[in-house]
Amino acid sequence: MSSLPPLELVETPDPLATPRRVALVRPDIRPTVRMSDEKHVMAFPNLIVREVILFQLVVIGLAVAAILVDAPLEGIANPLETPNPAKAPWYFLGLQELLHYFPPVVAGVLLPALVVVSLAVIPYARINLTAGPLWEGEGRGRLPALAVAIGALVALFGAFRCWPIVVPTLAVGLAMFAARGKPSGAVRRGLAIVTLPEWIMVWFVLVATILTVIGTFFRGPGWSFVWPWAPVTPA
Amino acid sequence: MSGSGTETLTRWIMDSAVYRSIVRHGAANTNRNRSLLVFENLFLHVHPVKVREKTLRFTHTYWLGGITLACALVLIATGILLMFYYHPSVPQAYRDMKELEFVVDNGLFLRNMHRWAAHLMVFATFLHMLRVFFHRAYRPPRQFNWVIGVVLLIVTLLLSYTGYLLPWDQLAFWGVSVGTNMAKEAPVLGEKIRFLLLGGNIVSENALLRFYVLHCVVLPVGLLLLLSVHIWRVRKDGGVQGPPDETRGPEEVR
Repeated sequence: MSSLPPLELVETPDPLATPRRVALVRPDIRPTVRMSDEKHVMAFPNLIVREVILFQLVVIGLAVAAILVDAPLEGIANPLETPNPAKAPWYFLGLQELLHYFPPVVAGVLLPALVVVSLAVIPYARINLTAGPLWEGEGRGRLPALAVAIGALVALFGAFRCWPIVVPTLAVGLAMFAARGKPSGAVRRGLAIVTLPEWIMVWFVLVATILTVIGTFFRGPGWSFVWPWAPVTPA
Repeated sequence: MSGSGTETLTRWIMDSAVYRSIVRHGAANTNRNRSLLVFENLFLHVHPVKVREKTLRFTHTYWLGGITLACALVLIATGILLMFYYHPSVPQAYRDMKELEFVVDNGLFLRNMHRWAAHLMVFATFLHMLRVFFHRAYRPPRQFNWVIGVVLLIVTLLLSYTGYLLPWDQLAFWGVSVGTNMAKEAPVLGEKIRFLLLGGNIVSENALLRFYVLHCVVLPVGLLLLLSVHIWRVRKDGGVQGPPDETRGPEEVR
């Protein structure tokens, strides 16, 4: 603030004079007033017409889906007749799959709460704002810490025999270490620019996807493992 | 009608006193009128008059937020129509599903559309979150908008989940039973939360009514409020943020 020029006041006896005020807005205060030399185009028609087209495409796509595929409807709800297995909607089947490995308070409360809190604090964690490629700069000395962290995760989930988490953890760990040093080959060089937060998110998405797919397609009566193409036995 | 005929008609409409009382500027054929079109319209004025050209590229946002919003609009429209045919009571709720299928014109289409739009909205919200994460668009000044986005994701899941019970078929009943049994496991408050949610100790007619009110009133109102804040903040923070190396965002200043 010290760099602001001094305030200049001009008095006039003329009662009809319109007061004039010149506002100084520092460019870093509001992003909206930051000028850039980027090319700008009129919002109408460029943006608004695209939005309308997008909306139309979504409506057409959904209408086609609604014509081709009917929403499921089973028999009327009957509290006395439990289907086996009883499944939640697909986006909760990852959690339901976790119930198979962990006590309910862990799978149903602790882990989901942990996920929500972890997602919410992302922009407030310094590492998410400053992180560079995993093994560069500050990251050079990370090897022991990362090895211990991955080992601990594998041991923890291994103790609960939760292989759908252990396997992707090992896979992501392997990929992380494959990106070390001066990697050759397009794939490894691609891996080398991934930051630590990105590795963690990839791991999370991988685990969530695998758990959801298993819960959706590979679970039968008594939450036993079944192949998706196995004949459905009436409960 | 010939080209000039159409033009004459269009001009006649646009110059008429009635049309000018509704839309005060004329046709959007000059940049002045295109500006007025945006900022004299309640629904469009969330846009700036000019946008960065780069933000229009497909790979800038993959239009995922737009797809989510489009789904929300489809869901509101089909949801209101479905409400005309639905009674949140046992066993009428289930009978209404059958009515929709066999009696109501396009009833099944309406229900299908609502269901697939709901699934797409959940999926698109996830993808939108991942896009924002990998583009690091959560960085200052957008931190709090990310948090609102996480809350919106939860509201979306709750909307989908409360709607899941409404058909009152076996799928709905047991899907919700499984989910609410998980809530029971929360320490101290678990049982009480479940009782509050279901209006009883099991999924019953009370639960159906509560889920119906949550699904049709409480959660949609919450969604619209949060969505307004979410989109308004995108505008205030300088528009949609694409891949980090492409634009030097405001976070570089501080």
